[in-house]
Amino acid sequence: MTSLETLRTDISARFPAQDFLYDNQVGANVLSVPKESVLPVLRHLKQNGHFDFLMHITAADYPGRQRRFDVVYELFSSKNYARLRLKTQVGENETIESAVPVWRSANWFERETFDMYGIVFSGHPNLSRILVHHQFVGHPLRKDYDANQQQHCTDTMPIFFEDEPNYKPDPNKNMMPLNIGPSHPATHGTLRVMVELDGERVNRANVELGFLHRCFEKMAETHPYNQVIPYTDRLNYCSAPMNNVGYCKTVERLLGVEIPPKAQAMRIILCELSRVIDHIVCLGANAVDLGALTGFFHLFQYREMVYNLFEKLCGARLTVALTRVGGMAQDAPAGWYDEVLAFCDQMAIGIDELDRLLTGNKIWNQRMQHVGKITPDEAIMWGYTGPLLRATGVSLDLRKAQPYYGYDQLDFDIPVGTTGDCMDRYLVRVEEMRQSLKIIRQVCKNVPSGDYTIRDKTIVLPEKKDVYGNIEGLMNHFVLIMKGLRPPVGEVYDATEAANGELGFYLVSDGSGNPYRLKVRPPCFAIYQSFPSQVVGGNVADVIAVLGTMNLIAGELDR
Amino acid sequence: MSQENAITPTNVGPNNAAAELHQEFGFTTQLKKIAAWGQKNSLWPMPYGTACCGIELMSVMGPKYDLARMGAEVVRFSPRQSDLLVVAGTITEKMAPVILRIYQQMLEPKFVLSMGACASSGGFYRAYHVLQGVDKVIPVDVYVPGCPPTPEAVLDGIMVIQKMIADLTPRPWKDNWQPGVWK
Repeated sequence: MTSLETLRTDISARFPAQDFLYDNQVGANVLSVPKESVLPVLRHLKQNGHFDFLMHITAADYPGRQRRFDVVYELFSSKNYARLRLKTQVGENETIESAVPVWRSANWFERETFDMYGIVFSGHPNLSRILVHHQFVGHPLRKDYDANQQQHCTDTMPIFFEDEPNYKPDPNKNMMPLNIGPSHPATHGTLRVMVELDGERVNRANVELGFLHRCFEKMAETHPYNQVIPYTDRLNYCSAPMNNVGYCKTVERLLGVEIPPKAQAMRIILCELSRVIDHIVCLGANAVDLGALTGFFHLFQYREMVYNLFEKLCGARLTVALTRVGGMAQDAPAGWYDEVLAFCDQMAIGIDELDRLLTGNKIWNQRMQHVGKITPDEAIMWGYTGPLLRATGVSLDLRKAQPYYGYDQLDFDIPVGTTGDCMDRYLVRVEEMRQSLKIIRQVCKNVPSGDYTIRDKTIVLPEKKDVYGNIEGLMNHFVLIMKGLRPPVGEVYDATEAANGELGFYLVSDGSGNPYRLKVRPPCFAIYQSFPSQVVGGNVADVIAVLGTMNLIAGELDR
Repeated sequence: MSQENAITPTNVGPNNAAAELHQEFGFTTQLKKIAAWGQKNSLWPMPYGTACCGIELMSVMGPKYDLARMGAEVVRFSPRQSDLLVVAGTITEKMAPVILRIYQQMLEPKFVLSMGACASSGGFYRAYHVLQGVDKVIPVDVYVPGCPPTPEAVLDGIMVIQKMIADLTPRPWKDNWQPGVWK
């Protein structure tokens, strides 16, 4: 069902009277339908087994047009790895049917679209603001909303639940409401969890997010392409280089350029080092939350080693902004790859020690096993990707499914779990660290020679010696700075396998120097949706265990 | 010093007056100064890590940089038990009322360290949902620049606060602060 023709035959047979528009943009299938047909088409595509994932829903604003908004649905199949983008147009005062009855993962994405654009999804169970604060007026991602127009918030929301927005504890029921966060050690600073307790048991749960909504998407629309890269660093700040790579790969795909082999190798090394430290932070923090402080102190030594490697490469520790559209910012210093290999040897010992410390530990087992169980079907329904999906037994990894940068040439395995509980998530992460080391070793031993970036004058700035040394270089630099990098008009969705799962970027270009629309599909946003349903019925202590294994990074959750 | 008062091994003993004089010591100071000395060496930080800086703050607490060397290793997540608020990360408009309440819950004497560009000024997020500096809602004593600052810079910032405490530096920005008034 990969080809557009097959889809066209199938959909025309089901909807004969309709006139749908089939298109192929930058290698991706796009299907444009009237808004009334969206829900039937989605239902058909899901029930006939074409697509099982709804990756995200978003919108784009075209103020000059009669029907102002484009609503975009990104579908994915875990069977044949096909993708389809479903688009429809919605006017300012029109509503569109909610996709929640078909895909549960639509819930928060529709709320976000409503929050950002004011598009009303009829039939949505709880269409309320999700990212900006409750006193906010207007819809910030509309083109007529000024990026710098702040609105102050003067108070916080009292405890509320999805089925009871104005919550009042019932004195006859003997339930205790409990607020956890946003300032709580286990919520990592910016998450708010509200539960209603029946003794130790969680009766109802709800979450509030948006405490770190830093307007990434609006910032991207107001900055040139290369200046967006530092903003992407701060999405998942535990593994910043992966976001750089994901974003640059998307822009490169729209530009239609292929980066040199050396840049690909460097990006793989950076990505896998980031995956290791991301898992270190996740497991370390998870262990601290459950009372095991040693793991944190022990593992963070290794994270410091990776930061030293990053520092040698570019001078920054955490937010490296090392990639550029077209390749890397600079070459690695002499001997850097040997240091990476030396680190791999040390880290391998570190992982074994962690394994001995936690795996099999009685307390750890009892806190993790049979907690937060989820079936593969449910996980797919919620839009799980990454280690959490693999913990349920689904072997889906974009490095294998849609290989990029030569991942298909490398020898590594995809660890999977069986039950999807917290223990499996932990075990999958530990094994993924080992596999990442395996990848790094292979790449470091065979780094291709050649340039670290393409030398297209309309994309990449010339080297400093040319800028200061000859008039052509100077003019080239001047023009590119003033005019900016300008991809052709078009749109693209591209995804990479980040530490938490599928990190997707949906980019719309209008041919100018700034992205017209840049939407991030953060992996933990979809995962966190399922959190209330995962903790209800369990003990209140398990709330912390589940929260920790989900590895929620507020930067990419709230953006 | 006369011969009989001199301390020699022979006349040191439990009942010897000269030995008692030797073992005691005394100095004069002011109560506020000795209190400040104690306070500066036992700051209890409340890490308010909201974003990337929170991750770097973990490094500050971690084995390599080790904030314990400054006597500030007792990290308290309860504002009532801490006297140094480390604002590490972007504070959004939604977070502003929360951090104000946290600050008000802390007991005197209390200090605030703003870690990183976002907490200090909003950083490069000149955006609709980002507070343009945490000093819009609470008084800040030390700003540490960087995005994120290196752990060394944060340690330096904490040492500046220690010096402020030891020197009893006047803090008009805090004395003139009013809760709920936006700067």
